[in-house]
Amino acid sequence: MDIKVNVRESEGDAYVVDLTGEIDVYTSPKVKDAITELIDQEHYNLVINLEKVRYIDSTGLGVLIGGLKRVREHGGSVNLVCTNPQIKKIFDITGLVKIFGIFDDEQSAMKALV
Amino acid sequence: MNPATRTLEVSSHGTVELKIPGRAEWVAVARLAVAAVASRLRFSVDEIEDIKLAIAEACTNSIQASGGEDAGVIEIVCDALEDELRVKVRDHSPALHLESTPRPIVEGRTEELGVFLIRALMDTVEYASDPRNGTELLMTKRVIG
Repeated sequence: MDIKVNVRESEGDAYVVDLTGEIDVYTSPKVKDAITELIDQEHYNLVINLEKVRYIDSTGLGVLIGGLKRVREHGGSVNLVCTNPQIKKIFDITGLVKIFGIFDDEQSAMKALV
Repeated sequence: MNPATRTLEVSSHGTVELKIPGRAEWVAVARLAVAAVASRLRFSVDEIEDIKLAIAEACTNSIQASGGEDAGVIEIVCDALEDELRVKVRDHSPALHLESTPRPIVEGRTEELGVFLIRALMDTVEYASDPRNGTELLMTKRVIG
């Protein structure tokens, strides 16, 4: 079980974090490190692409919430790309659909940042 | 009866016990093992995903209650019944957040997310905790349809 994290610059000052694999108590620190590094470098508009994520637990959600809280302090935003129905369901039952922008594709997520 | 049309009848009843080291890298083993047991019952794929997540959250809770390092041994007992899966997760840590009434996540702390999910995904959740014996979490999920 592992998570692959790929960070790339996109339009404007926005960055995309592509995640592939499973985000759990073991792998979530790797995701947290990548997001923290971006924010420390003063990049506050992020799209986190969960299209290739097969599984996420509360620690993964916690990392995303932590990132969102930090970027909002600087007027930024975190939008998510998510098409997996099971993962969408987790965001739904936890109420996180109300605080994250969740989109079906990267282009829409990026457009909504601006 | 034509052998080609004979239905294989296998009882799904059974108990599976698993002990994992109480460390983060072992939680995936627990959730996959319980998913394999759940697949013996007539759960849908989505319901098996729910069970996987609930069991992982219970194990994660044990690890977090031990400071995030090593929770010792976590014991997982699965009872596969005719129309219900019962899963017991036992550790030697004090209960963490289990007593709190889950609040919507946007209001609550992220540490409570795990318990919130367990309660949302399973049909019943009970726990017992004492300083000597640790915490035991019993979750059930009924087969519908």
